[in-house]
Amino acid sequence: MSEQANSAEPLVRVEGVHTYYGKSHILHGVSLTVGAGEVVGLLGRNGVGKSTTLKSIMGLVRPTQGAVSLNGQAITGLPPHKLARLGIAYVPEDRRIFRLLTVMENLRTGLDRNGVTEETRKALLDKVFAYFPVLAERRTQAGGTLSGGEQQMLAIARAMMLEPKIILLDEPTEGLMPRMVSQIGHIIEALHKEGISILLVEQNVPLTLRASQRIYIMEKGNVRHHCAASALDVNDAVIKQYLGV
Amino acid sequence: MRAEASREEGSPADGRGATSSPLLKTELLSVKFGGLAALSQVNFQLARDEVRAVIGPNGAGKSTFFNCLTGVLRPTGGRIIFNGDDITGLRSNLISQKGIARSYQITNILPNASALENVRIAAQSRRHAWNMIAHHAGFADINERAEAALQSVGLLAKANDLAANLSHGEQRNLEIGIALATEPKLLCLDEPTAGMSAAETNETKELIRRIAKNLTILIVEHDMEVVMELCHRITVLHYGRILAEGTPEEIQANPRVLEVYLKT
Repeated sequence: MSEQANSAEPLVRVEGVHTYYGKSHILHGVSLTVGAGEVVGLLGRNGVGKSTTLKSIMGLVRPTQGAVSLNGQAITGLPPHKLARLGIAYVPEDRRIFRLLTVMENLRTGLDRNGVTEETRKALLDKVFAYFPVLAERRTQAGGTLSGGEQQMLAIARAMMLEPKIILLDEPTEGLMPRMVSQIGHIIEALHKEGISILLVEQNVPLTLRASQRIYIMEKGNVRHHCAASALDVNDAVIKQYLGV
Repeated sequence: MRAEASREEGSPADGRGATSSPLLKTELLSVKFGGLAALSQVNFQLARDEVRAVIGPNGAGKSTFFNCLTGVLRPTGGRIIFNGDDITGLRSNLISQKGIARSYQITNILPNASALENVRIAAQSRRHAWNMIAHHAGFADINERAEAALQSVGLLAKANDLAANLSHGEQRNLEIGIALATEPKLLCLDEPTAGMSAAETNETKELIRRIAKNLTILIVEHDMEVVMELCHRITVLHYGRILAEGTPEEIQANPRVLEVYLKT
């Protein structure tokens, strides 16, 4: 809850990042921070660079300029598998679950790694199955046969298998029905209580304002507004300007 | 056209071209992908010389709508009437011959041809049947047309540059030039300013304003400044249906539209 007012370095710091896709200049010097245990919302219209910001942190695209650091340590341009080991988990917008693997096998892609004891393994599985009982029910079912909402849960559960310090969540509620949307909201809250940081990209403004402590709003590849989530209201002029019509 | 009288949309009060028959009209246009209705019974009218934006949140059906109009997708129901002809389900090349051109969300050019060659190929598709003997560079009228298209998108000075060597913004504008070279009656632009810097966006905005003087334009765009400044009217799609239609002022004042944008 603290506004990372302490002198410590934030968990993730993005500083002046420029990213291109070929010749298309997508990020024009994006800077933001996520404190330890903090949920930070990243809002903006389609195509303003929100997902590209997550991908730039996750090493899926390489910034041509600028820096990304984790706990003060430079991680710019490291490959995604190294970043995953350092504690950054990523849940992409299209979820990317393995459709032909079972729910359990999907989870094991995050579990079968060095240093996971039998106890940790059990504890992690127990935890996600407590969060997502439906995944326990369907543990032997192929990922591709799950509904959209269940796939989203599986993607988040799989990210949790990594015991991450931070989860980069890209539009977790997209295409979900209202009941699922509020469930995703509860999960974000639960993760926050556990002390996991979240950088949340969303189009759902009320959910983002509720779930986050701080908000960044992007436009045209830049951060245009930054404030405490409590300082914003859905009817705010700022929200209308950057997210409305 | 008979059905028109019974419907209330397209009030005559909204300015340009409203008195003549619409250039484009869809009746109950529907597209289903399996069980998902991407477009449901869309009744849409576009007047001649109008600049219209189609907006809406992700997944609203904007690209599906464009894909139907340009023959990329076959509608599963309804009709598309363009310039008095039923063009429903026609292949894209035939629709292009009828006078609908489009640019894509993702840049679609021939990178290893010069800027002029890119537009010349498009111009040629209108003027001559395929000719194996004469080189297209020899047809003066095609060259003129191609150069005019380049001129209108501000790229005449770079006519002989390889398309691959143009900047991103120039490549996007070249794509508009390619569309213009087919001498369309209707130009459909799919996110023309996507991935552009603020300066490039401004240039493209001016470009569209210039070519809009004698062309009907349908535009999908997320940059609201571009939409509000350029368009006479706006159609808002949501879950494959028309949620609202009106002038920029009307749309901005419509609480339902804001609701779907902010997901409140």
